[in-house]
Amino acid sequence: MEKVKTIAIKELNSFFDSLTAFILLTVFLGLSGFFTWLYGSDVFFIGQATLQPFFAVAYWTLFFFTPALTMRQFAEENKSGTIELLLTKPVTDWQVILGKFSASLTLIIIALLLTLPYYITVSFIGPVDHSAVILGYFGLILMSAAYISIGLFASSISDNQIVAFLLSLFIGVFFLIIFNVLAGSFTGFWGGLFDYLSMSTHFDSISRGVLDTKDLIYFLSIIFFGLILAEISLSKRNIVD
Amino acid sequence: MSIFVEHLTKQFGTQKAVDDISFKVNTGEIVGFLGPNGAGKTTTMKIITCFMAPTGGDAGINDLSIHKDAEEIKRKIGYLPENNPLYFDMPVIEYLQFTAKLQNVPKQKIKNKIEEMIYLCGLNDEKHKKIGELSKGYRQRVGLAQAIIHDPEILILDEPTTGLDPNQIIEIRKLIRQLGKEKTVILSTHILPEVEATCDRILIINKGKIVADGTADLLRKKAQGNELLRIQITDASDADFVSSELKNLDSVTMVDPVKDESFTFLIESLNGQTSRRDIFNLCVKNNWVLNELTPIETKLEDVFRELTT
Repeated sequence: MEKVKTIAIKELNSFFDSLTAFILLTVFLGLSGFFTWLYGSDVFFIGQATLQPFFAVAYWTLFFFTPALTMRQFAEENKSGTIELLLTKPVTDWQVILGKFSASLTLIIIALLLTLPYYITVSFIGPVDHSAVILGYFGLILMSAAYISIGLFASSISDNQIVAFLLSLFIGVFFLIIFNVLAGSFTGFWGGLFDYLSMSTHFDSISRGVLDTKDLIYFLSIIFFGLILAEISLSKRNIVD
Repeated sequence: MSIFVEHLTKQFGTQKAVDDISFKVNTGEIVGFLGPNGAGKTTTMKIITCFMAPTGGDAGINDLSIHKDAEEIKRKIGYLPENNPLYFDMPVIEYLQFTAKLQNVPKQKIKNKIEEMIYLCGLNDEKHKKIGELSKGYRQRVGLAQAIIHDPEILILDEPTTGLDPNQIIEIRKLIRQLGKEKTVILSTHILPEVEATCDRILIINKGKIVADGTADLLRKKAQGNELLRIQITDASDADFVSSELKNLDSVTMVDPVKDESFTFLIESLNGQTSRRDIFNLCVKNNWVLNELTPIETKLEDVFRELTT
């Protein structure tokens, strides 16, 4: 656990040192603030004290931001060879992966915490469904964690950050849109399957204020599979063939 | 702490990078790993440091094997990988802290350890800079500092002096010598004088196989054979006469005049004998002046070339 923490802190520091963190936080807050308060179907347009517009925006922005966080995590280490330095220290592959995972997740949580003023402001305007808001945030965190683990896998198989970024967007877009579209054009078993695989199905139900174990299992299994795949690609060097 | 490597094989596709090699490095020895590029030096080191798994065979430390006790082995090894990869965006001190924590250095000791490393590796003026801002020589020192921060009993250094200027090379060698007093060290290089200057023992590896194993002197003697001298004589009148007189000496088997240089000869002695005394006496007898008498040693370069081509 101590080692996971050490690695996570180091990664977090490098987010802030390289300005990545500041740029992403600014853009994220700017975009989500703009769409929540000023543009399109914003809070005033809907005429209800709800954070739904914010969740709808964050649902999209996080889709783009998390790959930007994860793309360099392994790709750069692969490229510069520091991965060798790291893995010849007494740490396990899992400690490295979990360290990097929690660093990215922490940054996302910081970004989401910084949007709490939206929540507070909205709650002054009128009665807010608090449980829906809390679950909405929870859903965003689960969704980001899923994208992070996909991103870590993409990053681990490449030594090029751009490739890692595009690959994680590519995998992510299936969960974001494609499964949803497919679900609409199939019926029966396949329709149900694609509907289950689509992220929006699960995110919508959580952000409406209903937490079902089915949704929880969905996100946790994406996280789990992403991290397992990252582990496999890291330990490929170790395969005795 | 001794290192053992037994029947180690590593195959990449159809190519065998390391082909059934076995050797042992005893406690306190500094062993130089020599070989042309692509001979399998780095691969062997990567296997010993548990970064790569071998295709076959075993390696490890004392009775620990890389197959079972990787964690334990990694803790005991200080490793400087090839090309010295480092996190360029980290400041030196922060990086050393990170390494110390990963290497299980106790918390209360970390600060002292870092100060010690900075002093030992001469990093004091650069300690607050980012690693990316350092010159290559200083980066190399950071690489060494991170390898020895947890006081490992075994040091594995892959080409520790590449890219350094001659002064830095001498300093790093001195440092390695100093560390080698208490630690077991394997270092790889293709700079031959470096091995002679730092190592107790030399392993020459070629195409994944060990082709020579021994001290520098031993290897040289093995390759050399008979004594070879280069002499130059002045105050003699006739070169042919000098040559024939030299040939008549009991201990000399061959006299070869050096081209374009008058009165200069290469002289090979009989097996196991030296002809220096005879040559000197001959010169005294004939009132010649012996200007030069240089034993020509087989250089390690020659041994290396002979074994690896």
